[in-house]
Amino acid sequence: MHLDSKIPGGPLPDKWDRHRFELKLVNPANKKKFEIIVVGTGLAGGSASASLAELGYNVKTFCIQDSPRRAHSIAAQGGINAAKNYTNEGDSIQRLFYDTIKGGDFRAREANVYRLAQISNHIIDQCVAQGVPFARDYGGLLANRSFGGAQVSRTFYARGQTGQQLLLGAYSALMRQVAAGMVKMFPRREMLDLVIINGKARGIVVRNLITGEIETHKGDAVVLSTGGYGNVFFLSTNAMGTNVSAAFRAYKKGALFANPCYTQIHPTCIPVHGKHQSKLTLMSESLRNDGRVWVPKNPGDKRLPHQIPESERDYYLENKYPSFGNLVPRDVASRNAKEQCDNGKGVGKTGLAVYLDFEDAIKRDGKDLIAKKYGNLFHMYDKITADNPYETPMMIYPAVHYTMGGLWVDYNLMSTIDGLFVMGEANFSDHGANRLGASALMQGLADGYFVIPYTIGGYLAGTTLEGVNESHSAFTESTQHVREGIEKLISINGKRTVDDFHKQLGLIMWDHCGMARNDQGLEKARRLIQELREEFWENVRVPGSNVEFNQSLERAGRVADFLEFSELMVMDALVRRESCGGHFNEAFQTSENEAKRDDENFSHVSAWDYKGKDADPVMRKEQLVFEHVELSQRSYK
Amino acid sequence: MTKTINLTLKVWRQKGPEHKGHLETYRADHISTDMSFLEMIDIVNDNLTLDGDDPIAFDHDCREGICGMCGTVVNGRAHGPEKETTLCQLHMRHFSDGDTIVIEPWRSRAFKIIKDLVVDRSALDKIIAAGGYISVNTGGAPDGNSILIPQDIAELAMDAAACIGCGACVASCPNASAMLFIGAKISQLALLPQGKPEAAGRALSMVREMDRLGFGNCTNEKECEAECPKEISITNIARMNREYFKAGYFFSKK
Repeated sequence: MHLDSKIPGGPLPDKWDRHRFELKLVNPANKKKFEIIVVGTGLAGGSASASLAELGYNVKTFCIQDSPRRAHSIAAQGGINAAKNYTNEGDSIQRLFYDTIKGGDFRAREANVYRLAQISNHIIDQCVAQGVPFARDYGGLLANRSFGGAQVSRTFYARGQTGQQLLLGAYSALMRQVAAGMVKMFPRREMLDLVIINGKARGIVVRNLITGEIETHKGDAVVLSTGGYGNVFFLSTNAMGTNVSAAFRAYKKGALFANPCYTQIHPTCIPVHGKHQSKLTLMSESLRNDGRVWVPKNPGDKRLPHQIPESERDYYLENKYPSFGNLVPRDVASRNAKEQCDNGKGVGKTGLAVYLDFEDAIKRDGKDLIAKKYGNLFHMYDKITADNPYETPMMIYPAVHYTMGGLWVDYNLMSTIDGLFVMGEANFSDHGANRLGASALMQGLADGYFVIPYTIGGYLAGTTLEGVNESHSAFTESTQHVREGIEKLISINGKRTVDDFHKQLGLIMWDHCGMARNDQGLEKARRLIQELREEFWENVRVPGSNVEFNQSLERAGRVADFLEFSELMVMDALVRRESCGGHFNEAFQTSENEAKRDDENFSHVSAWDYKGKDADPVMRKEQLVFEHVELSQRSYK
Repeated sequence: MTKTINLTLKVWRQKGPEHKGHLETYRADHISTDMSFLEMIDIVNDNLTLDGDDPIAFDHDCREGICGMCGTVVNGRAHGPEKETTLCQLHMRHFSDGDTIVIEPWRSRAFKIIKDLVVDRSALDKIIAAGGYISVNTGGAPDGNSILIPQDIAELAMDAAACIGCGACVASCPNASAMLFIGAKISQLALLPQGKPEAAGRALSMVREMDRLGFGNCTNEKECEAECPKEISITNIARMNREYFKAGYFFSKK
C-alpha cells in the first residue's frame, strides 16, 4: 500500500490556497442531500458539526457524554496559539510553522503544519465573534502570554479555562444548528464499529448507553474526532471516559494507525498520592512563565523547601538551558524532572516530585498580580493537596497528557479508508513527535472550522456514492459482531474488576513505554500485555446486563481495546530505532542526554496496517520530506 | 497528613426512571483522606462488583472540576459541604471517622433519573439551543482586535461564562429553578458587544424554553449561588431579568 499524503504542489505558502481552488465544490442545493456522521464533540467534532451544518449538510453528531459540552477539550487550561504578532515581537506564520515543526522534533508534515499556522489567525477571529471571553489588556485589545517552546507571546487565553471557553463557543454554534434542525444530536452513544460498503465508510454502529440498544446509522462520510489514547496508562490527565475504541475499531476495519508510540508526558502535574488514585491533575504549563523549577543540590536532602538555602538549590532547567530556561518544551522538561528524581534529588513523600516555586515571582510582581494570572490554578492545587502555593512551592511531576499518534490521514484529513475523516487528537498529523503547549486547541479548531468543511466537500463532489440503508448486510454483520463482543464480556464473570486490569496495564505502560524506553523493557512489556490480555478474557467480571445503563460494561469494552492497542504502541516504539520528542529510547541519546534522532533512516511516519487477530500488523512508511526547514539537533540552550 | 477513616454511606439506588428508588446502606472502610469523593465511591463499587452486586451508577468524567458531568447531593448539599467545589474535587479530608454520608441524585422535575445517581440534564442543552449563542457562521469574522472590549467587561463576561452546566443550581434551589444557569449565559453574551444585537430575542426565547421545560422561578433564596462550584453570582439573574424586561417592553418581535 502506498501512502499518498496528497500534498498539493507549489510553494509552501500557496499550497492551501491552491488546494482549496482545486477541490471540487458541492453545489449549495445539493449539500442537503448528503448526510455526514461526526463522532465526538470536542473542539474538532463540535466545530466541524456546526460548520458543516452551516454549509447545508445534514449532520448526525454522537458523543459518549450526556451533553456535547462535556468533551475533554473542556479541560485544556493554558491557551491557544496564533501567529497574530499582536505583541510586535516578530511573530509570523513562518515562525509559528517553524516552532511547531521544531517542537515536534522534525517528525511532522511541513505542508500540514504550515496550513495550521496560516489558519491559526482565523480561529481567534472566529472565536471572538462567537463571544469567547478571551483575556483583554487595559485598552480592550486581546492579551497574550508565552508558552513552553516559544520565545514570543502568541498564546491567547481565557484565564486558566481556555479549553472550556473555546469548547463552549463551538458547542453554542453546534446547538444553534441543532435548533435549526441541521444537526441531529445523539448523546450517550458510543461508537463500536465502522461500517464499510464498497470500500467506503458509510456508517457506524453505536451502543445507546442508557438502554443498551445497538443502533445503526448510515451516512455519506464519517468523521472521527474521538480524542487521544492517553488513558492506556490508566493514570493520566485525561478524563475517565477518554478512550481509543472508536479509532481502534476503525483501525481494525482498515484505517492505518500512525506513530502510536508518540505520547506526551506533561511536566507540570500534581504528583501521584496513592494506589486508589483515579486520575492525575495537570497544572497549566503557563505556570512555568513565572514559577522556577528546582530540586535540592544534594541527593536525599529531606529538609523542607524553605529550609534549603539558595546556594543548595539546583534550578536545573535555568542552568542547563539558559536561553529557554523554565520554558523548554514539554518533553525536555519532563525528561529532566525524571532524571533529577532518578538521581535521588526528588522531593516530597515519594521522591517523585520537583518544586515549582513562585516565591521570586510574588516578591517581584506582588501576590495580587500572581493571583490574577494563576489564582484558579493555585486554588485547585490547594484543594487537591491541602498545600498553599503562595506560601510553599508547588510539587509537580510529569504525567501522561496527550498523544501525538493517531489514525493516519492525508492532507484532506482522510484516512486510508475512503470517506473516513479523522480530526483533532484522534489523527496523527500536525504535532510530529511532541506537541507544543497551546497547539492542541489550535489544531482541533483548525481541523473542524477551517479544513474539513472544504475537504469533505471535495470528497463528496468527486465520489459516486450509491444509496445505502441500514438493512444492508454490512450493517447487520457489524451489529452481530458488536453484540457478540458485548455478550462475551458479560459472560466471563471472573474474579477481577475492569479497573483492576486497567491499572495493571497502566503500570506496565508507564514503567516500560513511558518517559524513557529501552528494548529490554519494551520486549518485556509486550509479553506482559499479552499475558494480561489473555487473563482479561478469562477472568474479568462485568456486572449487570447489556440492556441497561451499565458503566462497567462501557469501561470493559474500552479496556479490551487498550489491551490490544498497547501492544501496537510497544511494537511501534521497538521499531523506531532513534529517539525523538516524546519517544525516548535510552540507547539513542546525545552525550548531554538529549533525544538523538536518526534522520537518515527514520524521517518517516510509521503507519500500522491491521492484518487480523492472529497476525502481526504490517508497518507502512510515509517518508517525510523537508524542503523548507533544515533538520537540526533540537537545542533550547 | 494521610490517615484513613471509616464511613457509613446511605446511597440512593433506583434501577430506572420507572422504578421506585430507596436509600441503601453501605460501609466504606479504610478510606484514605487524600482520596477524592469519587475515588471513595470507586472503592465501594469495586467491592460491590466483587460481591456480585450492582455497582452504584454515577456520572463523572474529567475529575478536575471543569466538565460538569459529576454531581450528587451529599448530606443535603449539592456537591457536598465545601464551597466552590465540584464533587470530584471534594476530598475525604473534609470528613471524619465514623461519619454517615447520605448521597442522593439531583432532584428536579426537569431532570429525570436514569439510574441511581445519574440524571438526564438534556433540558440544559435545550435551553442553550433556544438562544444561548451568537449567530455567526464560520468564516468572515473580523479581526479579533477590531472589537475593543474593556478589561472589566471581559472579566465580568468571563465570570459568567465559567458556568460548567452541572445543574447544582437547579438541585439546590427550593423551586428547582435554572435561572442561575440561564442568567450566566444571557449575561455573558449581553455584556459583550458581539452579543448585543441578539440580546433581546435571546432573553425572551431562553426564558420561555426554561418555563416550558418545567423549571421553577427564582425567589431570591440564593441557594444556587451558595452551592455553585464556580461561584456564579446571582447578579447574573438580575441582569437576565433586566434583559428580559427590556426585551418585553422594547423588542419589536415578541
